[in-house]
Amino acid sequence: MAINLHAPSRRELLLSSGVLFAWTCLPKLARAEGRDPRLLVIVLRGALDGLAAVAPVGDPAWKQLRGDKALGLDSPSPALPLDSFFALNAAMPNLHRMYRAGQATIVHAVASPYRERSHFDGQDVLESGLMRPGSADSGWLNRALAGLDSAGRVNPNGREAFAVGPVTPLVVRGAAPVMSWTPPHLPPPSDETVMRLLDLYRHTDPVLARVLEERMDLAAIAHAGGMDRPEKPQAPAQGARPLPGAAQRKYFADSAGAAASFLGRADGPRIGALSFDGWDTHQDEGVADGRLAILLGALDGALGAVESGMGAAWKDTVVAVMTEFGRTARINGTAGTDHGTATVALLAGGALKGGRIIADWPGLRDGDLYQQRDLKPTTDLRAVLKGVLRDHLRADEQALANVVFPDSAGVKPMAGLVG
Amino acid sequence: MATDNQHDAALALHRFGFGPRGDGITRLATDPRGALLAELDRPDGALIDDADLLDTGEAARAVFDFRQERKAVRFAQRAAQPPAGNANEAANGDKPRNPGPALPQQIYLAEAKARFERALEAETGLLERLVWFWSNHFCVSADKVRPYAGAFEREAIRPHVLGRFSDMLLAVESHPAMLVYLDNARSIGPESVAGRNQQKGLNENLAREIMELHTLGVRSGYSQADVTNFAKVITGWTMFPPRNPERGGEFTFNPRMHQPGVQTVAGRSYAGTGFDQGAAVLHDLARSPATATHIATKFARHFVADEPPPKLVEALETSFLRSDGSLKALARTLIEAPEAWSAPRSKLKSPGEWLISATRATGVAVPDARPIIGALNMLGQPLWRPPAPKGFDDVSAAWLDGLAQRLEIADQFGRRLNRPADPKELVEAALGPLAAPETREAVARAESRPQAVALLLMSAEFQRR
Repeated sequence: MAINLHAPSRRELLLSSGVLFAWTCLPKLARAEGRDPRLLVIVLRGALDGLAAVAPVGDPAWKQLRGDKALGLDSPSPALPLDSFFALNAAMPNLHRMYRAGQATIVHAVASPYRERSHFDGQDVLESGLMRPGSADSGWLNRALAGLDSAGRVNPNGREAFAVGPVTPLVVRGAAPVMSWTPPHLPPPSDETVMRLLDLYRHTDPVLARVLEERMDLAAIAHAGGMDRPEKPQAPAQGARPLPGAAQRKYFADSAGAAASFLGRADGPRIGALSFDGWDTHQDEGVADGRLAILLGALDGALGAVESGMGAAWKDTVVAVMTEFGRTARINGTAGTDHGTATVALLAGGALKGGRIIADWPGLRDGDLYQQRDLKPTTDLRAVLKGVLRDHLRADEQALANVVFPDSAGVKPMAGLVG
Repeated sequence: MATDNQHDAALALHRFGFGPRGDGITRLATDPRGALLAELDRPDGALIDDADLLDTGEAARAVFDFRQERKAVRFAQRAAQPPAGNANEAANGDKPRNPGPALPQQIYLAEAKARFERALEAETGLLERLVWFWSNHFCVSADKVRPYAGAFEREAIRPHVLGRFSDMLLAVESHPAMLVYLDNARSIGPESVAGRNQQKGLNENLAREIMELHTLGVRSGYSQADVTNFAKVITGWTMFPPRNPERGGEFTFNPRMHQPGVQTVAGRSYAGTGFDQGAAVLHDLARSPATATHIATKFARHFVADEPPPKLVEALETSFLRSDGSLKALARTLIEAPEAWSAPRSKLKSPGEWLISATRATGVAVPDARPIIGALNMLGQPLWRPPAPKGFDDVSAAWLDGLAQRLEIADQFGRRLNRPADPKELVEAALGPLAAPETREAVARAESRPQAVALLLMSAEFQRR
């Protein structure tokens, strides 16, 4: 049998969660300033343990809190120092390099307005931009796009539809036209079949007609860029054993690299989103050499792939990495962590005024913790996102306060993140 | 009126079943409701009795033996390896033959085949749709429990789809697949014997998801303390280690891991009587009005509409509470409710529903589970591998973006059909009175039979139910 059933195909991996979504218009106001900004949003589903990604090694309570699971500068795989107080998980050398080059900013003790501990509600709030979970039918990124003045489609001569990707995440759902893409592997249906179907939908089902119509620009771009050729599976080298997490690394890097090679093109979309699953580390978290280290390493590889895939456009890029909430400050009974509250948000990209950690540090003593169990949130994630949307894309501040993140006038956009 | 019956038969098959097979619409047209209700009178109708499928314990022990054997072979090979330098010679020697998929994958494939066969062969598919619904409500992921995912459905879901919710709940939460999937198998009471001896303790994952996803529903008033206390209650719910040759992989209550003492959950206190303590909490959760609301809403959303008619939800809720959680009564209430038939066909079939109904409608033979598994992967609904414990989304918006992949697959259906039936007859059999004139026309005027099949399977009437 030709198929290796144990190693999911690239396509299957892309389809399982990391699908790219992209907007194909040019932000007009930023263009008028001679900039051509790119934004890539990465949602980490399952709740990232922020303390394990960026450890407060200078906090005297830190070692006490996590014991031998506390990352430190003197651990077997020493954490990478960021400043005199924080250090980055050693699995993330790319992010560390970007940070030192002023191209990455880390926000700590940050959280969305959500204060319960359900993943699904937490992701709802993170992606919808609303104060409360439930019944949202659009995401903040889509509403931000809908509010931007467009300087025209990136590919005005492109056909009106075609691109693929089976599940639409909430953050990009909504009125602004959004397309999704994954590389095809079956021979495509003939144009004739597509046109007939489109004609049938126009007469019988406007929603399906719209979906099919919206699917062509990205496919055209992918075709022009040679990205729709199926990959040949490579035979593993004789005797080579896959590294732990090799599939995960490849999947993250492939998804992010594909996103970047779209966003980096002159005729490509400017704004995209993708998501990575697997951060729900209840058991055997493996901060230094296990599961979480592998995931963080894969995320780091993805950031590296974005940097190289963007090419010259990296200088105009912001990548924003976020998760629905953090995890318990203490290790639980099964060497993992349960659902918590505050965590980190990671920003990377050449457009940033980076090399900084932004944290109003709440402390880690029992009395400092939120409900005596979680890192206490001191920064509202919406302030960070509003800062990026306003200063990078020139989104309107009123719209940010009322439409993109409704009822958030009290949460001021964080100034000075880009520039 | 005969045509009304034809219409209701077609609707019944698409909305409550897996679409017609052959002239299924005509066969059902004498009494569509009666036919569905009759299926509910087969209490064991959803069971799969196949001696070749392994139960969870057998699977666990077989996989353990399989892995031991492989380890031994690898060890022997390494010991026999000639020193470096002669490696090329050795490589040219007898190569091990490709042994095929490893045992966990073989089990997964056999279970998948049994499941697909049921859905493909069922007359209406109502019972299988119930199985799929409950299996998604109480999902596990084969990514974590590959050899047990199919057995879990056969052992914990199928026996209870026409039984009592509380019985299904107990079967599910005490099933090794669930205990491993949501990390309870290793959760230890801090003051238990094991907890005092080792540096290990509680894991609240399963307790939280039982309350949030399986019973009460999120935001229904329980607190963090309820979650933590409930997690303590179900410490000790675990399985025998797979290396145990007699009982490995089977459920056991381990009193050494169980947190002793009385616990308060959702305002009630539960005495510390071992396994019964957890069973008592589940018993009460199953009977909570919040659970009835949660289940009724999900049930109506699944079968009828993303935003289900409030009257229908109310009827289901009342049925659930009055019948003490009888799932047969719940299904009967659904079939008998006028709203369940009058609601517009706005719901997009999930990838699995669409794929099975397309296979039934075209009569394509499926000798092997792999093409269906591959297609499900491609459409974003991989079998028994939901992205999170919440299961796959059950609203149309989640699946709209898969339209282009559906077209690729519909196109393949058309090209692979050996002797495609007359397109006009195919539309009549697949949709009957549900087919719009435009669809009939588009199919009839298709440039080829394969294209006709693709257009039929992609038509709005075939995709929406």
